[in-house]
Amino acid sequence: MTDFINALVVLTNFILVPALTYGSQLALGALGVTLVYGVLRFSNFAHGEMMAFGTMITIFGTWGLQALGVSIAPLPTALLALPLGIAGAVILSLIFDKTVYKYHRQRKASPVIFLIVSIGLMFFIGGLVRFIIGPGDQIFFDGTRFIFSARDFKRSTGLDEGLALKMTQAVTIITAILVVAAMFWFLNKTRTGKSMRAFSDNENLALLSGINPDRVVMITWILVGALATIAGTLYGLDKSFKPFSFMQLLLPIFAAAIVGGVGNPLGAIAGGYVIAFSEIAVTFAYKKVVTYLGPDSFQPDSLVQLLGTDYKIAVSFIILVIVLIVRPTGIFSGKTL
Amino acid sequence: MNQTFFNQYRTQILYSVMALLLVIVGVGQGWSVAFTILNLCLISAIMSLGVNMQWGYAGLFNVGVMGFAALGGLAAVLVSMPPVEEARAAGGQGVLVGLLILIATIFVSIVAWKQFGAKSKKTGYWMLFIIIAAGYALMRLFFLPSVEAIEAVNPSVTGYLGGLGLPIILSWPVGMVFAAGAAYVIGKVALGLRSDYLAIATLGISEIVLYFIKNEEWLTRGVKNVNGLPRPVPYEVDLQQAVWFQQFAADWGMEVAEASSLFVKVCYAGLFIVVIAILMYLSETALKSPWGRMMRAIRDNEVAAAAMGKDVVKRHLTIFVIGSAVIGLAGAMLTTLDGQFTPVGYQPLRFTFLIWVMVIIGGSGNNWGAVLGGFFIWFFWIEAEPIGLWLVDTLTSFMEPTHWLRLHLMDSAAHMRLMTVGIVLLIALRYAPEGLIPERTARKH
Repeated sequence: MTDFINALVVLTNFILVPALTYGSQLALGALGVTLVYGVLRFSNFAHGEMMAFGTMITIFGTWGLQALGVSIAPLPTALLALPLGIAGAVILSLIFDKTVYKYHRQRKASPVIFLIVSIGLMFFIGGLVRFIIGPGDQIFFDGTRFIFSARDFKRSTGLDEGLALKMTQAVTIITAILVVAAMFWFLNKTRTGKSMRAFSDNENLALLSGINPDRVVMITWILVGALATIAGTLYGLDKSFKPFSFMQLLLPIFAAAIVGGVGNPLGAIAGGYVIAFSEIAVTFAYKKVVTYLGPDSFQPDSLVQLLGTDYKIAVSFIILVIVLIVRPTGIFSGKTL
Repeated sequence: MNQTFFNQYRTQILYSVMALLLVIVGVGQGWSVAFTILNLCLISAIMSLGVNMQWGYAGLFNVGVMGFAALGGLAAVLVSMPPVEEARAAGGQGVLVGLLILIATIFVSIVAWKQFGAKSKKTGYWMLFIIIAAGYALMRLFFLPSVEAIEAVNPSVTGYLGGLGLPIILSWPVGMVFAAGAAYVIGKVALGLRSDYLAIATLGISEIVLYFIKNEEWLTRGVKNVNGLPRPVPYEVDLQQAVWFQQFAADWGMEVAEASSLFVKVCYAGLFIVVIAILMYLSETALKSPWGRMMRAIRDNEVAAAAMGKDVVKRHLTIFVIGSAVIGLAGAMLTTLDGQFTPVGYQPLRFTFLIWVMVIIGGSGNNWGAVLGGFFIWFFWIEAEPIGLWLVDTLTSFMEPTHWLRLHLMDSAAHMRLMTVGIVLLIALRYAPEGLIPERTARKH
């Protein structure tokens, strides 16, 4: 029995908690991609770099607050600086919309052109971020590291295996729940949110009903900037901030959005968790679990790992391919926003 | 009047300007530098031709140029490097059995899908799942020990299976086949769906190809690189010792060492020019043929073309595979020219998006434009670094040499490339979407 509980603890500690955390980050990222797709109708490749930009501003805010001696310990100071980062990302998004996207929108350019434009912006923002903060690693986490550590857990339960919960993990999951709840409330209950959904559903009909398209577009960018910053900051707090890593997040984020059905917020969230769980579950070495669950004195020679951790990215790609073959419209097909 | 003259001889004038730029570099920085740039210009032009086939003829957006080029580079290694006999003895059989199991698994899954999937999708999926899981487990059983054995063979020098030891020129068609194979799989999955799915799928495949190349050391040596690939042209050392060459260098009034390095580069340039000439002939003929007209008709209006009985998805698949094959060819040529295979060197900016900028600036849909774009953009990409450094240096010359802002700017000059590519792409799409040499259509004639 203890063996079984030990195995469960290992699974929780190394799969469930990290996957919930990573899944929340992906879900928030995918939500931003899906919003752009739903309203503006293109795949926004610049989203990853926008996350990096928002996070960068948040980091500057954090440093400023730390210099002033402001602290909300045990919570990380970055949460306090988040509004600044959001404002930065929103302003940059709106500037890009005015200077770049608007022209192509008025010409009714095809989605592929928008896609290429967003790639141009991706490089621009990427260069900007590396130019300002440099390509190196930035750790901006402060406050308490663990809510409870593996050692505490072992001592209080008497089990062989430990279960740790990092502050960043708890913060990520709770923030994600709050943000998603606020998002759905906004989209479903407020007048502005409804107008956004109407616009996404049928642009012409929405225009006929007197919805102001410029306003809808503006609000979309504001939401997207906010989501990108929150997702990026949570990711940066949990791992560390490296401009390079945000470009690599792009594929899992797109995979998450497509798995759930592009343009569908609920799908984006579900997709985020699907991708995160499969990535971590497929690349986890099950040696310990098998040892606990198997008969006594049985110990596997290998790591019992399906795929090396280096191939994490391949997992999201394979899921993407399966979805494209089996159900190209995603799990929650047919519904947008 | 002048305007029409320029428009009429646009291609010729722009190509002359390009030639002039190269001559200026030759005179200013030395002919060796000029030919280095020219060789890479030629390879870039071939890549850009490949992307132009996909984007210019068919409107397909490939974000995975890097992956296809890397597959070409892999082909160069696998074809040309001498085999490592020890490693083959250690694990060659196991790897072979593993590969056979993989092929058998794929084959059995296809048969099973045709048998069961047609009747009930649910049974089909379960069958597939079981077959693939079993095949995968069986493959790993043979694969992993052999891989370990191979990587243990003299890891600092070899630690991989080596290649076939054939002439490296043969790797060029092999590179085409590799890239075409990958493109076929991706095209099968992503074509016929929404246009951005292809973009995301190709982004994925190129990342995975690179992860594969970096991690599967038994095949590619991974990040340890493969150096000293055989050459299709003579070596400098041999030339320097040959009597006829010493005579030849003396006739031209050059140092033997300098002449030999220049001679090698000219040989490469000659080879590449032959390839690009064949490709240009083929693609120009294809574009003018009824097939080319059909491709452009599909690009401009898929619905109308489908209504006229054209199978849009199949035609897209064809052109996607052909274009990727050309990119693979260029990848193999690039590795041949470098003489080494460095997986870390494959960066999306340089291998995917720079090529895109070449096509868009040059003129999508026009082969001459794409080639010119390849030349122009590569030229400025290489020359931008000295120009950028000089610019920062001049602009900040009034500051103290140790001023933090000046140091920061000097350090970050490299990131300016990222921004510049982005800005160039945005400006081109807005102000000159047709490119330097616009596509020629019946209407515009």
